[in-house]
Formats: sequence, structure tokens, C-alpha cells
Amino acid sequence: MDSSTLQIIYLVILMIFLGVELIGHVPSVLHTPLMSGANAIHGVVIIGSIIVMGEATDMLSMILGFLAVIMGTLNVVGGFVVTNRMLEMFRKKH
Amino acid sequence: METILPILYLVASITFIVGLKMLGSPKTARQGNLIAAFGMVLAIAGTIFLYRGPTGEGLHNIPFILGAVVVGTVIGWMMAMKVKMTAMPQMVSFFNGMGGACAALISLMEYRAQSGAPMGLGHGLATIAGLLIGSISFSGSIIAFGKLEERIKDIRFTGQQFINNATLVAALAIGGLIVAGQLSGFEIVVGLAILSLIFGVLFVLPIGGADMPVVISLLNSFTGVAAACGGFLYGNMVMLIGGILVGSAGTLLTVVMCKAMNRSLLNVLIGNFQGSGATGAAAGATGAIREVSATDAAVLMAYAKQVVIVPGYGLAVAQAQHVCHQLEHELEAKGVIVKYAIHPVAGRMPGHMNVLLAEADVSYDKLVEMEEINPEFPTTDVVLVVGANDVVNPAAKTDPQSPIYGMPVLDVELSKQVIVMKRSMKAGYAGIDNELFYRPNTSMLFGDAKKSLSSLVSEVKAL
Repeated sequence: MDSSTLQIIYLVILMIFLGVELIGHVPSVLHTPLMSGANAIHGVVIIGSIIVMGEATDMLSMILGFLAVIMGTLNVVGGFVVTNRMLEMFRKKH
Repeated sequence: METILPILYLVASITFIVGLKMLGSPKTARQGNLIAAFGMVLAIAGTIFLYRGPTGEGLHNIPFILGAVVVGTVIGWMMAMKVKMTAMPQMVSFFNGMGGACAALISLMEYRAQSGAPMGLGHGLATIAGLLIGSISFSGSIIAFGKLEERIKDIRFTGQQFINNATLVAALAIGGLIVAGQLSGFEIVVGLAILSLIFGVLFVLPIGGADMPVVISLLNSFTGVAAACGGFLYGNMVMLIGGILVGSAGTLLTVVMCKAMNRSLLNVLIGNFQGSGATGAAAGATGAIREVSATDAAVLMAYAKQVVIVPGYGLAVAQAQHVCHQLEHELEAKGVIVKYAIHPVAGRMPGHMNVLLAEADVSYDKLVEMEEINPEFPTTDVVLVVGANDVVNPAAKTDPQSPIYGMPVLDVELSKQVIVMKRSMKAGYAGIDNELFYRPNTSMLFGDAKKSLSSLVSEVKAL
């Protein structure tokens, strides 16, 4: 195993602990917005689709890449907008 | 130039971490979401314009990429703005499915681009895992979406568990052979994707609608892991960090939700809302029910000292949260103390009911959580149950045969009078009967929640 793979494994393990730590004590009131917010964050997968699309050379890859970028964008934009709408409702009172 | 993109990725990663942290507190949640969104825009724009491949070449097809981003933005924005608050859980599920599909397509294209050249173990593992998990997340999320929209029914048949397990084992075996280099070819990888899609469908189909939030949360963390696989594939730190964070936070959230229902994750996934328990409970709960008119109910409430409203999904479907707030207003004008009892899983997701009532301007401090309101029921004069069922079912405490036995519930039956608003005597979402309706201190007010509530409002006003 080379050192960069090992570094990635370290990073993954640290992130697992961080993720658990970050949302360990969240009131159940916020579970839905939190899930929705997390949903938007994994939309970061769009970056991968942009890279494959940018390196696509033939028709099939272009079509698949185009679809992938659209779907990734849906995840990101839809995710953040829906979360924002939910949280706006909480804000009005304060 | 080359150092700008990694710095943007670093900034984006920090915004994800800080954003997720801020989402955990009511005061900072909205800001947290916006901060994470800002980081995402940086990462995406940076990738499109600054990315350089291993050979130092920039990305091609930029107009197409931008076109796809514009199309996705317009559709996603419109869907997210138009969706009703009640339909929020299925919307989240849909967007989650899109992320899963994106991850699966990346793996598919990456495999195709690499065809011929032998993949390293890490690279192969990340490609195949991304494909498998992404596909399962996609088809599973779409089924969960359909179930919450009530377009897809629960489907169970004998030997289902066996078929599910066999499908998963087959998919894992094929995936393993591909990674090991024993199997290759684009067609085989497409076949694996299809098999994974089928597993996603089979996996979600038997799970009861009431458990969908848990499933969505689980699939959410799946997509996180699939995104992280993509990150490993490209050595892309922001994908890795974002994906793993969501994967781990999502898993914890799933477990916390299961705990709120006092069930294990395994119990939810195998779908224990079935079998003899349900029929046993239904047979046990029979007897006479009493109906009450809106006028009588209004009198009871207007002369009470304290009224506790228990809102359920029925209130949400009837879009009755605004009328409910009006009733609260009228009762308070008569000097009645009005509180809302919020069960952790009221609505379709934890916290869903809070969102809906907040939409109707109900004051945040009137929403009382289960642990705090339960000791108050014995001194409460009237409990008004609006379209809730399973969360007020005493069988969860008394009947070990009941499928919901052990789930913490609201002790409404301890109050002096319970008025249950329901459309009909149909069983709740878990599909089980509720003996509460047959209790001597319970009366039923049948009809659409919104109509019943508005007649209550005018009756209270007229008193």
C-alpha cells in the first residue's frame, strides 16, 4: 500500500469520527432539515461527473456525462433550496 | 494557477464541515446551509474552469457542462420551490436518488474510459463500489419517493428475503470478480448496474411506508459513500470529505431515528410491520365508539383549562395547519391554555411536524416534545388528536403482540377527554388498529381534518 492510499484511509477514518461528532446531539426537531442539508452536501459528487464529462470523447460518454451532470446539479440545487425553504419557516419566529 | 483549485477545495471542505455543524442548532441552521451551498458553488465553478488532468490538460466540452448545469439548476430550483411542505420528505428522497445515479454514471464512464488497461485494486474497488452503491441508492430512493407519494404499495411475498439476499450476493460476487480482474467488459459492468438497480427496488419494496424516513436517511448516507468512492477515484479531496462526512453523519442520523421508534435498524430493514401481531392487535381492539359533534367538541374545549393538540400526518395532508393555528387562537381568546404535543416521528419524518406548524406561524414555544408533555396529560382537560394514530396508540405500551410494541407514545388516554379527528375508522400508517378509539373517555369526530377544524373554529367563536 503506497503512502497516498494510506493517507486517504487516515482521512476517511477521521471524517467518519468527525461526522458522528458533528451531529451527535442534534434535537429531533432538526432531523429533517439536517438530513436534507446532508443530502445537498453529497451532491459534491457532481464534481466527478464534471471531470468525466470534460474528458469524454465519444457520443455515448457525452450523453452519459451530460445526464450525470444534470442529475448532480439537481441534487445540489434542489437539496440546498429545499433545505433553505424548510429552515426559513423556523426563522420567522425569532 | 495549479494551487488555486486545491485551495478552493479546501475552503469548500471547511464550509461543509462548518455548515453541517451549524445545521445542528436551530439558531444557526439556515446560515449553515447557505455556507455549505457557497462552498459547493466554489468547488463546482473551480472544477469547471481550473481543473487540470494528469497530463496538465484542461477540461473539454465546457459549453455542454455549463449547459447541463443550467438545465439542472432550473429544474432543481423549480421543483424545490414548488413542492408543498407536506411533500418535503419525498422530494429529499428524489434529490438523493439523483446523486446516487450521478455516482453510478461516473463509475460506468470511468470503467469505459479505462477499458483494456488493468485497474489497480484501489481504483477498481472504488469504481465498482461507486457503481453498486450509487445504483442501489438511486432505485431505492425512487421507490421510497413513490411510496411516500402513495403511488407504490408495500409488496411482500414469501421467500422475498431470500430473493433479496440472493440478488445482493450475486451483485457483490460479480463486483468482486470484476475488481479481481476475472470478469471484464463494459456489458458486464452495465449488467452489474442493472442488478444493483433491481436490488435497490427489492430492498425498499417490502418496507412499510411509516419506515420510509429511516430508509431515506440510510440511502442518503449510501449516496455519501458513493460520492466518496468518486473522490477516491480522482484523488479529489472535497468529494472524499463531503461524501464520507454525509456517509457517517447520515448513518448516525439513521440510528437515532430508529431509536426514536425504539426499534433496531435491522428490524426496520427486514420489515417487521407484518405478520400475526397486526391481526392479533386488530382483533383485540373492538367495542363501541362514540361520535361527537363539532358543537359539543367546541364546548368541551372552550371551557377547558388546558387543551393539548396532537397533530399527525392527517393534519398535514389536509393542509390544515393554518386552521389549526386559528383554533388555537380562538381558544386562547377564551382563556384556554393550548399546547401542541409533538411526537418525535409525527408527520413523515422527525421534525417534519415542526416545519409544518412553523409554516402556519404557530409559536415555537407552544410545540412541546413528548418527554415534556407526557407528565401533563393527567391534568389536561381535552386532548385533540388531529390525524394522528400510531403515535397515540396505547397498544405500544400494553400489548407485547403489537407490531409497534415498545415505541414511545403520547399518553393521551390519561387525560380527561380525548377527541380524535379522523377521516374514517381506517387503520393508521402502520396498518394496525387503535384501542384508544374504543376507550370510554374518547370520542370521535369524523371528517376531513380541515373542514372539521374550521367548523370547530366557528363553533368556538360563536360561544
